[in-house]
Amino acid sequence: RKGVFGRSAMAQPFVKKDDDHDDEMEYSPFMGIEKGAVLQEARVFNDAQVDPRRCSQVITKLLYLLNQGESFTKVEATEVFFSVTKLFQSKDTGLRRMVYLIIKELSPSSDEVIIVTSSLMKDMNSKIDMYRANAIRVLCRIIDGTLLTQIERYLKQAIVDKNPVVSSAALVSGLHLLRTNPEIVKRWSNEVQEGVQSRSALVQFHALALLHQIRQNDRLAVSKLVGSLTRGSVRSPLAQCLLIRYTSQVIRDMSNHGQSGERPFYEFLESCLRHKAEMVILEAARAITELDGVTSRELTPAITVLQLFLSSPKPVLRFAAVRTLNKVSMTHPMAVTNCNIDMESLISDQNRSIATLAITTLLKTGNESSVERLMKQITNFMSDIADEFKIVVVDAIRSLCVKFPLKYRSLMTFLSNILREEGGFEYKRAIVDSIVTIIRDIPDAKEGGLLHLCEFIEDCEFTYLSTQILHFLGIEGPKTSDPSKYIRYIYNRVHLENATVRAAAVSTLAKFGFMVDSLKPRITVLLKRCIYDSDDEVRDRATLFLSVLGGDGTLDADKDSKEFLFGSLEVPLANMETSLKNYDPSEEAFDINSVPKEVKSQPLAEKKAQGKKPTGLGAPPAAPASGFEGYERLLSSIPEFASFGKLFKSSSPVELTEAETEYAVNVVKHIFDNHVVFQYNCTNTIPEQLLERVNVIVDASEAEEFSEITSKALNSLPYDSPGQAFVAFEKPAGVPAVGKFSNTLTFVVKEVDPSTGEAEDDGVEDEYQLEDLEVVSADYILKVSVSNFRNAWESMNEEDEHVDEYGLGQRESLGEAIKAVIDLLGMQPCEGTETVPSNARSHTCLLSGVYIGNVKVLVRAQFGMDSSKEIAMKLAVRAEDVSVAEAIHEIVANG
Amino acid sequence: MELPPKVKNILLLDSEGKRIAAKYYSGDWPTNTAKEAFEKAVFSKTQKTNARTEVEVTALENNIIVYKFVQDLHFFVTGGEEENELILASVLQGLFDAVNLLLRGNADKREALDNLDLIFLCFDEIIDGGIVLETDANVIAEKAGINSIDPNAPLSEQTISQALATAREHLTRSLMK
Repeated sequence: RKGVFGRSAMAQPFVKKDDDHDDEMEYSPFMGIEKGAVLQEARVFNDAQVDPRRCSQVITKLLYLLNQGESFTKVEATEVFFSVTKLFQSKDTGLRRMVYLIIKELSPSSDEVIIVTSSLMKDMNSKIDMYRANAIRVLCRIIDGTLLTQIERYLKQAIVDKNPVVSSAALVSGLHLLRTNPEIVKRWSNEVQEGVQSRSALVQFHALALLHQIRQNDRLAVSKLVGSLTRGSVRSPLAQCLLIRYTSQVIRDMSNHGQSGERPFYEFLESCLRHKAEMVILEAARAITELDGVTSRELTPAITVLQLFLSSPKPVLRFAAVRTLNKVSMTHPMAVTNCNIDMESLISDQNRSIATLAITTLLKTGNESSVERLMKQITNFMSDIADEFKIVVVDAIRSLCVKFPLKYRSLMTFLSNILREEGGFEYKRAIVDSIVTIIRDIPDAKEGGLLHLCEFIEDCEFTYLSTQILHFLGIEGPKTSDPSKYIRYIYNRVHLENATVRAAAVSTLAKFGFMVDSLKPRITVLLKRCIYDSDDEVRDRATLFLSVLGGDGTLDADKDSKEFLFGSLEVPLANMETSLKNYDPSEEAFDINSVPKEVKSQPLAEKKAQGKKPTGLGAPPAAPASGFEGYERLLSSIPEFASFGKLFKSSSPVELTEAETEYAVNVVKHIFDNHVVFQYNCTNTIPEQLLERVNVIVDASEAEEFSEITSKALNSLPYDSPGQAFVAFEKPAGVPAVGKFSNTLTFVVKEVDPSTGEAEDDGVEDEYQLEDLEVVSADYILKVSVSNFRNAWESMNEEDEHVDEYGLGQRESLGEAIKAVIDLLGMQPCEGTETVPSNARSHTCLLSGVYIGNVKVLVRAQFGMDSSKEIAMKLAVRAEDVSVAEAIHEIVANG
Repeated sequence: MELPPKVKNILLLDSEGKRIAAKYYSGDWPTNTAKEAFEKAVFSKTQKTNARTEVEVTALENNIIVYKFVQDLHFFVTGGEEENELILASVLQGLFDAVNLLLRGNADKREALDNLDLIFLCFDEIIDGGIVLETDANVIAEKAGINSIDPNAPLSEQTISQALATAREHLTRSLMK
């Protein structure tokens, strides 16, 4: 058969062939193709006498255009669709096949579909198998529910058609339709079940997929289905893979229901490891490795087959095996060690994805004695892989070093070697971060590591890395046995680098000068040379530090200098920037105390994410006014609260206003042993107003155990510059008192002239109602994680355990109920138990926390859901103090 | 994972990474720009590898991609990172062999473009909406290779055995009515 564009017939109009340029000129039948022209050509569909060959060519061109990302307007698509429908009159099978294809691609709207339904329904009942199969696929792709009921009869018939292609077409269409019309498809169960018994491999596969989807919400039915099929013989490997997936699901559900003893269906999974199709073996091996709480006895046969795959000539098989073993090595490193020899030979695998996975697995499973040999092998490998793979390896080495601190020498050597080689920014940063982590974690590695970093900045093209390393050197270098040896590297920067790096080098020099007395005179000389630098920032820093170093040496001055050199900026950088922009150069000096300390418009999640990134250089000191330490510092700096003692807990901010109101207020609840302080963070969102004497009047009549003792107003609240007002209460010591507080914001409003920014002298008193605020039991519990819940649980006295059962009523899902309990108790979920597998009917959630008075408390909450979504909870609490365990139950009982 | 294996896309690119034919079954790449960016990333990650004898495999953006090359044709099949790569490989092998059969062993870009209709049909016969429809190359090629014999053509134009088969079918159908 000649192609649709049989070269002699089609190529000529597009390409003028020049014999000399035959090879250079790239031939394409679509060269110069243009949408408008093809749409014109499509008029041929309307000809009275259809030319099948010509029409097929035009359809191919239309498909080509769509496939290249060209889009048709609604009008164009409709026009093409209508003329295509005329082609049903042709009896040419080839053309009909193309018509089916283009109709699917055009995805006509429901009112257009009507035009073709009768033609397609006719084809659905045609005696030509290909017509039946394809008409079903097209029709099911484009019809809606009402039409579906009309053809349902034919589809059921098609499922049991003697031609497997037709049968598969109907079953696969059923899988798609199940999403939109589940009630209709569910009626086909009997026919689908017949399909599962089909002799055709693919029909069996499609029927099994559909049958499971139909029954997926009926746990018992799925379990029965799996039970019967695992005993019978499923022929198709694809169907067998499906069966393995369903079996794993059933196993998961059963273990959630606390069935113990021999794991059901394990034998079936294990028998699949001896299947003749590799895809089934892999599926089974993976299913076994992913079993909840898999034992090493269960793992062994799976690991054995995967090990065989490692030396397969097929790359896909090696990849699949090493990828699975890599995952297993994270949880069961010992189970994988038997494969280490095979894995080592994969380091030189042609396929770099396989090699990288092999290396990272080895790094996880390797023992202390193999580290050196491994590093040697990796060194050869590193030069010819892409940066993204190298980063994976560097990360693995960092964790290896933390695991085997004694081996830091060879690992550090490795890192410093690769640091000297070519590489992009992300890669270099990963290496530098790893070295920094090692220096921090392993004191012996410090001096050598710092020298490696020094050598690196001698020839570093990344300003960011240079400045970060200089900063790190300034902190760590002066504490080493011989700080003077770093000076040369730092001072070289002043000669050789750009202004940003030079400025950073000047600051680092100053830190050495300040910390190491013996170096001070020499550093002073060096800094003096910098005051003639071409860049003003460098000059300014040099001048400033010279004056700091030349200080009078009194204790006070020293303390100030130290704070200045090593302390962190007390205010968030963004606020500092805004304040500096607003500052008019004048007689009055800029006052850093005028910069708001509250971090604004930064989502809480982002703050948390920052806090969790302590590794490497990139982590800046956290903004001082947020986070527990920030709050602690803020509160202790206010004399009225200084006597309250140690801060126990600060809540996350609770919004007291709707979004986009004139004044935005949220509150942070600070809990002390016998006091509670409310910190109201206020923002004025009206540019034409200045607020003064901002105060919050709190009505505590619904909080009997609390009595207000003091409040601290906010003197001035200009537009978009947040400030804080405080109100403090006394409460009985150590008692988790709860109550409800209503709040009113009072203030004096002054009009601001937007052109000059000046406020009028006279203001008007006004007030603004805020939402109520509650102090709840959760405020008295700190979220404190434990590393090993079981150990912690067992170390507590079992006799003091308090157990009770609660009905939680109907809930949307198990997950929702669990979240409600966690929120109510304000405790830390452990070991990821706050997430519930979908479809689970029961779940155990582990919580840990510290109750006010520093009492450790652990909770084991078992949840179960019945068919009407009614949820029951069994709550077991252990605490260092029995009364606390009782208190927890009280919280739940009242919640 | 309870769902049947899913294919996210099938790509056929030329030796410069340009799209000859592509079919996407997942919403991961909603625009043509996103699709082209993905194709570029896939192509540059795999172009230097030798995937001419065995199906090769790599991971990219949480996807598993299996691929095989012949002449200036680069075939790719993409699935999610949880997918069984051997299932993806069987889809790829089915596609690869079917295209080779349809192009009568002369699989290259030129032939592929000349017979693009067959390539499109091939894609259509292998995957339906992301679900594996068929992986046997012979079956795929047979279904996609448009049967040039019009079933309704006069008997004289058919071979004897085909005529017999048709006749038998006519008979059984009329009996069953």
